[in-house]
Amino acid sequence: MSVQIIRPGLLATIQDLGRYGFQQYGVVVGGAMDSLSLRLANVLVGNEEGEAAIEVTMMGTSLQFNEDTLISITGGSLNPVIDGNPVPLWRPVFVQKNTVLSFTGCKAGCRAYVAVAGGFSIPNVMNSKSTYIRGEIGGFKGRALQEGDLIPLGEESSFSRKIKKVLQSKLKQGSFASVDWYVPFERYINKSVVRVLKGAEFEKFSESAQKKFFEQEFQITPQSDRMGYRLSGASLGLKQPFELLSEAVANGTIQVPSDGNPIVLLADRQTTGGYPRIGQIAAADLPVVAQMKPGDRVRFQEISLYEAEQLYMKREKEIKQIRTALLLKKWSFE
Amino acid sequence: MVRKIQTMKKNLEEIQMKPLGESALTVQFGTEISSFINKKVKALATKLHSESFSGFIECTPAFASVTVFFDPFIVKRTYGENEKSSFQIVRAILEQILETLVEEVESTPRIVDIPVCYGGDFGPDLDFVAAHNQLSADEVIHLHASAQYPVYMIGFAPGFPYLGGLSEKINAPRRPSPRTSIPAGSVGIAGSQTGVYPISTPGGWQLIGRTPMALFRPDRDQPSVLSAGDIVKFVPITKEEYDQYQERWQ
Repeated sequence: MSVQIIRPGLLATIQDLGRYGFQQYGVVVGGAMDSLSLRLANVLVGNEEGEAAIEVTMMGTSLQFNEDTLISITGGSLNPVIDGNPVPLWRPVFVQKNTVLSFTGCKAGCRAYVAVAGGFSIPNVMNSKSTYIRGEIGGFKGRALQEGDLIPLGEESSFSRKIKKVLQSKLKQGSFASVDWYVPFERYINKSVVRVLKGAEFEKFSESAQKKFFEQEFQITPQSDRMGYRLSGASLGLKQPFELLSEAVANGTIQVPSDGNPIVLLADRQTTGGYPRIGQIAAADLPVVAQMKPGDRVRFQEISLYEAEQLYMKREKEIKQIRTALLLKKWSFE
Repeated sequence: MVRKIQTMKKNLEEIQMKPLGESALTVQFGTEISSFINKKVKALATKLHSESFSGFIECTPAFASVTVFFDPFIVKRTYGENEKSSFQIVRAILEQILETLVEEVESTPRIVDIPVCYGGDFGPDLDFVAAHNQLSADEVIHLHASAQYPVYMIGFAPGFPYLGGLSEKINAPRRPSPRTSIPAGSVGIAGSQTGVYPISTPGGWQLIGRTPMALFRPDRDQPSVLSAGDIVKFVPITKEEYDQYQERWQ
């Protein structure tokens, strides 16, 4: 079984939850920009949450499934169609052999995830299948997907096979079949407020910068990618200049170089940085940022460490509940 | 060789712990570049990578700090009691580890020669660094190539070494805004630090030259050629030698 890339579109890469344990060697963590969508996409097809999936960016990507396959699409609403018919998001979908799935435009959000039952059978590089393009490692041959790539699929779990069988029996016409329920997670797409903790150097910024950071809107500039988003808006100055010793940064760290324009560090961020950090995005809101695209506006709302942790716990519980609910569905009788 | 110096118990007060979001904590041993502080960093990182706690993901050692990444959900589930946050729990665990931690001293450091072609297209900021310090370009090259640089940390990009020992005479501030792409092998200066970019990446350092040597080798077990504790020496080479090196290494 395999997936064939008909058109790569703007950017399509294979991503999982990232490459952990090698930051001590400067190896970038990487992984899905919107890890929530990746995890749910996997859960919906009966995979382990951290299995690799295809991250589709904005538009133009076209994939062909060379055998009957169970898939799910989550994340941004990028108008996925099969034979001109819209394919529903956030649920398991059965696709027939030789079906072509195309992403035709950005309705909402920026990145969609296509998970296939069984995942992708590609080598692990430093314990991960994530593509790190700048380092030319991981994923499919260490690069973005290209026309003609044939990505082999892994073995389906027995749970995947069960879901697949039920959906297959529902297929009356056309080349795909799905269910009428979905996991209600699309609500975070198109949000413009992002919750942020004060960064380690927050107090070193001028009082006006501190105020503007939480009060004014910033815009995501075209110089934004998987490594980070450069923002434009109020210029954020320091009380007085100082040189900082390089130190670890994290997914969602907001650093400010001396030109005053903040940079949000994301999946392919460097492991350490030396610019003052004004904020740290709460993990629960990283998917919100990952679904923003150049031109979108964002406002930062301050929250406490306690609140950020509460949000984190709530999110983990929600994912667990969905997993349990899915297992309890009486797949064999539907 | 491992030799016991002292436990860190008596300097616990000088150690700061601060959150980096809800899923990481930075242990800061100081605010300056020194091998004294860096040894403590190495000791804690080594300890955590061999023996950690439930929910520990990994840690990133830096010049004077170790950042510990953890999963708050697992930490709370494993050690959770009453109203304590996962940050407080991890902080308490780390304090306990620090109380009994001993610093390790390695015998003879490894010396690694890195050939560098200075200036020209390879070092577009060499003249800036020279002017900033009221020196000639040749003086900058001489000062840069005559020192021995201890590797304090690997970070920022795969295999990127942060080096100590840069002459105060050739310090230079970071660029006001980082370049969007810097070629692999570029040698740069930022503040009182110098380093080499192993892969092409955006970055804000002042570039003074380029090496043909590959510092990041993802197919090896240890993907970084350099590791903390090594000594680096920069050896000036001509453009012709640079080309020869590159042919030989490809």
